[in-house]
Amino acid sequence: MIQKELMTVVSQSEIAKNIFEMTLKGALVDQIDEPGKFVHLKAGEEMMPLLRRPISIARIEPEKQELTMIYRAEGAGTSALSRKRAGDQVDVLGPLGHGFPVQEATPGQTALLIGGGIGVPPLYELSRRLNAKGVKTIHVLGFQNKEAAFYTEQFAALGETYVATVDGSLGEQGFVTDIVNKHGLQADIFYSCGPTVMLKAVEQLHAAPNGYISLEERMGCGIGACFACVCHPTADETGTAYLKICSDGPVFKAGEVAL
Amino acid sequence: MTRLALELPGLSLENPIMPASGCFGFGREFSQLFNLSELGAIMIKATTEEPRYGNATPRVAETPGGMLNAIGLQNPGLEKVIANELEWLKQFDVPIIANVAGSQTEDYVQVAKEISKVDNVHALELNISCPNVKTGGIAFGTIPETAKELTKRVKEVSEVPVYVKLSPNVTNIVEMAKAVEDGGADGITMINTLIGMRIDLKTGRPVLSNRTGGLSGPAVKPVAVRMVYEVSQQTNLPIIGMGGISTVEDIIEFSLAGADAVAIGTANFVNPFICPELIAELDHYLEQHNVDHISELKGRSWK
Repeated sequence: MIQKELMTVVSQSEIAKNIFEMTLKGALVDQIDEPGKFVHLKAGEEMMPLLRRPISIARIEPEKQELTMIYRAEGAGTSALSRKRAGDQVDVLGPLGHGFPVQEATPGQTALLIGGGIGVPPLYELSRRLNAKGVKTIHVLGFQNKEAAFYTEQFAALGETYVATVDGSLGEQGFVTDIVNKHGLQADIFYSCGPTVMLKAVEQLHAAPNGYISLEERMGCGIGACFACVCHPTADETGTAYLKICSDGPVFKAGEVAL
Repeated sequence: MTRLALELPGLSLENPIMPASGCFGFGREFSQLFNLSELGAIMIKATTEEPRYGNATPRVAETPGGMLNAIGLQNPGLEKVIANELEWLKQFDVPIIANVAGSQTEDYVQVAKEISKVDNVHALELNISCPNVKTGGIAFGTIPETAKELTKRVKEVSEVPVYVKLSPNVTNIVEMAKAVEDGGADGITMINTLIGMRIDLKTGRPVLSNRTGGLSGPAVKPVAVRMVYEVSQQTNLPIIGMGGISTVEDIIEFSLAGADAVAIGTANFVNPFICPELIAELDHYLEQHNVDHISELKGRSWK
């Protein structure tokens, strides 16, 4: 059930260059039933900026009614959000979209989680849930450089973790796909989130028989009404079929969307 | 009789608030959030004869106090709108205003003819003002004689009253209103979006893939209020006003300018609960200000 709530900021800190970790508290957390869903935030007051900002959820603590987001302060909206302090309130709409199907991995299996940049956060809650049900996780995290990297230790605590940076300043130099190939990583299922070019390369890896990807896109309403974030499905005979990333996704089965 | 109920051609409205076309899809998403029967009416997304994918993304760009969109009339086409969307909407006790679009006269006529036969479609909204399609739309919306002729042709086949949605991208909005009145329109809805553009400083290119888009949101409200003020004094047609409404005070302003009812557009994207919230607040506002009926305020700014 989608709710709109003024949630309270529990904490906020800059955990990497321009990367913020913010924890919010509120009853809306009770509605979040799977990792990979997102919240739509009103970052400023009134009309500047006017639209909400979609942010993925990195961690859920149901018993405390808290959710943690990790986001990059880039434009007017996320910069305004980064100025919020503990005790401030944030207008939140959510949970929105369809998340990662945890049930597709069964206990004893291995899941490969591949994230790039600001696509890494939702994989953290996913990994926690997979590990909780006895699925072994292997993480491949890609960042621009050492300064922009985050949560590598948290992931390492959950399973085998590889880090790739474009300039080689942390972990191994290269892209996430280079790491998978280099180490010959194989799994029963993969889950991935990051820029579309990365997801396209990940789909072509064939590191697991099937998988799920989470797409990033500029959004308007976040609930499927404005048709701003549409994409083409792979199977489309007429050329007029479409999927809405916000409400049909953001998580899709690998191969379902024409990337 | 409540303070909010009113009768307009084809429409028995329980309240004067409805979501604007293109800002509410066909209602499915919002039905998860509140009971659609609470709305005065629903203006559904523009329907064309054939399915349309619309423009490439990016299709929206934010602006100070507003947004640009260039969706490009994406819709599943007449047949599917009737079979799936309008059929689904029948579970709600709410009149539907079907937004009709096309690129030539015959398209409009065909869609109007078929969609006006559907039971829950109580009126048509003729979309002669979409700025985001390459052909048709905008010529119908900017040349008075063309608008009049199209209105006449659609009126001949429609089984329900026809409202014409006016474009603000004209020099003389009154002339357009009078033209569609002459063409036999039963009402006017106004305004559609204003054509605008944003340019990305990094690439030096327009942000939207369509290059230009329609500006909506609070930023356009003064333009809409002015146009409603002018048109309401010069025609006898009822007006459903829209353009940047997001508060009950905005609704009062449109009413004072000369609108009979109002539509809520962009605000649905910011707060999907805005329509039911405004319906409750409007009733409260009128009670607080000792207004027996919303129609008492109509056109007070010039009467």
